Amino acid sequence: MQKRAIFGSTSLPYLLLLPQLAVVAVFFYWPASQALWQSFLLEDAFGLSSTFVWFENYSELFADSGYYRTMMTTAVFAVMVAGLSLSLALLLAVQADKAIHGAGIYRTLLIWPYAVAPAVAGVLWIFMFQPSLGVVAQGIRSLGIAWNPLLNGNDALILVVLASTWKQISYNFLFFLAGLQSIPRAVIEAAAIDGASGTRRFWTIILPLLSPTVFFLVVVNIVYVFFDTFGIIDAMTQGGPSKATETLVYKVFFDGRLGGNLGSSAAQSVILMILVVGLTAIQFRFIERRVAY
Amino acid sequence: MATVELSSIRKVYPGGVEAVRDVSLVVPNGSFTVLLGPSGCGKSTLLRMIAGLETTTSGECKIGERVVNEVEPADRDIAMVFQNYALYPHMSVYDNMAYGLRNRGTPKAEIDKRVREAASLLAIEDFLSRKPRALSGGQRQRVAMGRAIVREPQVFLFDEPLSNLDAKLRVTMRLEIRRLHNRLNATSIFVTHDQVEAMTLADQVVVMNAGRIEQIGAPGEVYKHPASRFVASFIGAPAMNLMPGKIAEAGIVETPAGRLPYDKNRFHAAGEVEVGIRPEDIHAAGGADGILFTPELAEELGATRLLHGSFGDTPVIIAIPASGTVHEKKEMRLSIDPAAVHLFDKVTGRSLVR
Repeated sequence: MQKRAIFGSTSLPYLLLLPQLAVVAVFFYWPASQALWQSFLLEDAFGLSSTFVWFENYSELFADSGYYRTMMTTAVFAVMVAGLSLSLALLLAVQADKAIHGAGIYRTLLIWPYAVAPAVAGVLWIFMFQPSLGVVAQGIRSLGIAWNPLLNGNDALILVVLASTWKQISYNFLFFLAGLQSIPRAVIEAAAIDGASGTRRFWTIILPLLSPTVFFLVVVNIVYVFFDTFGIIDAMTQGGPSKATETLVYKVFFDGRLGGNLGSSAAQSVILMILVVGLTAIQFRFIERRVAY
Repeated sequence: MATVELSSIRKVYPGGVEAVRDVSLVVPNGSFTVLLGPSGCGKSTLLRMIAGLETTTSGECKIGERVVNEVEPADRDIAMVFQNYALYPHMSVYDNMAYGLRNRGTPKAEIDKRVREAASLLAIEDFLSRKPRALSGGQRQRVAMGRAIVREPQVFLFDEPLSNLDAKLRVTMRLEIRRLHNRLNATSIFVTHDQVEAMTLADQVVVMNAGRIEQIGAPGEVYKHPASRFVASFIGAPAMNLMPGKIAEAGIVETPAGRLPYDKNRFHAAGEVEVGIRPEDIHAAGGADGILFTPELAEELGATRLLHGSFGDTPVIIAIPASGTVHEKKEMRLSIDPAAVHLFDKVTGRSLVR
């Protein structure tokens, strides 16, 4: 049954909606349209005047090989962080779901990283892996592996991937655990009697029943790696060395804020927005069909 | 087809709760055995131990010739029907039934044959491509049974499979389960708290209370000769009337209803006892003799009528044919057949039968 309120006049409902609409307009539509407008403008070197240049900012971006490299870095980064944090979190959740003793402590410890601010997490990891001081770095080096995330681009990328993954695992873990606990025990028992081994039970029963959670987390994680990893990258590598860890969102900040190229930065953020909206739409269009609610 | 044999089975949960205490039971090959008892009596735990879903603290569980204590549920050659059906929600009815066979590597053609056979037996052929959520409760229950049948197991286990169905459907499904059992002739163990289900389905009723077996017997036997006060009060609706009594002399017991004769060849009693009389064993006496009874309330059940009243201070229910009219508050005279008087030990509650 739907609850409906009947209003005497049309103005009252609009009046009641006004605060919410105002918030959305001021904090979302206004900045978004500003960014869109800015992306068509070219500023002079001193920021005193700007000219309307149509799509020049965009065409310049697409002619720049550095931009494609950033896109590539972002893609690698996104796939690795989303893949790693989802699969590790699922593994941990499956194990935590089995725990009988101390399940509460186990859970609390696993959720903890989520409460750590991205910048703090970044500093933590850079300390551990700092080539000359880091505890872990020294361990790696003592094994005879060359490790220097400050100079080697691949090492740096591995490091930001690890930190970003570590940060996101808690969140994914929480949802996976809740999802696992909502699967009726009897269904799993029925599968056990039906002769499905532990792994077969996981792939044929548990994972399909968990698919709504997986789908939700994939969407959320894509948004996370594209936008929310900014803090970690900024704290750890500032996109370096030589832009090896520069993702799209970091380039937006770097070009706009540090480089002062507001037009290009705005164009990039518009592209990034379209990209993420597009990715999400694709997920809803194609993956959601395979989800068993 | 196999005999299930339990000897001295115990289940103690971590935390010390003893759910099943020293249960020994033989379920003969091909029998329909019902585990009956109130909730929390350990009947489901016992069933789950037979299925292998719970570990056994001590004792031995044998299916056929094999001790299965350490055997995985999948390898015990059993099938179970759960209370809430436990169908795989993301699979079609067909896949639900085929799942167990696929896991065992049964050839495709064989799977198809068996699934279709079971489906036609259960009249669910039209739903094979549907998902469980598109089915009604009764249809889901059929699918759950189909899933058990296709496996052709040695033992069927039923964990209160009818309690989620409405009253009318429950009666139909009850009959169908019995019919199916007669046809498949497999050993079945059925858990329920509903004594009507137990009485109608079982060859052998196992009445359980507080983790122990109170009585094992045929439905009629359990009803006519309850081995304890618990069985007497649990089986039969309305429950058996229980009242304190004292043996006056061999064959006569002193009760709030007066001096009642009992069968001294059946019961061996002395001193204080507990007297049990079924409501349907109390009849209206012809004349002015008999026990004085004042009905306070009448319940019409159609064929019979239940009268609530008391003998002295002891509340009593009697069941009489619903012919004629009864005036509440109007005294009546009742008679009790000596053969219908049961005597139980006042302390242990066991029947004092010789």
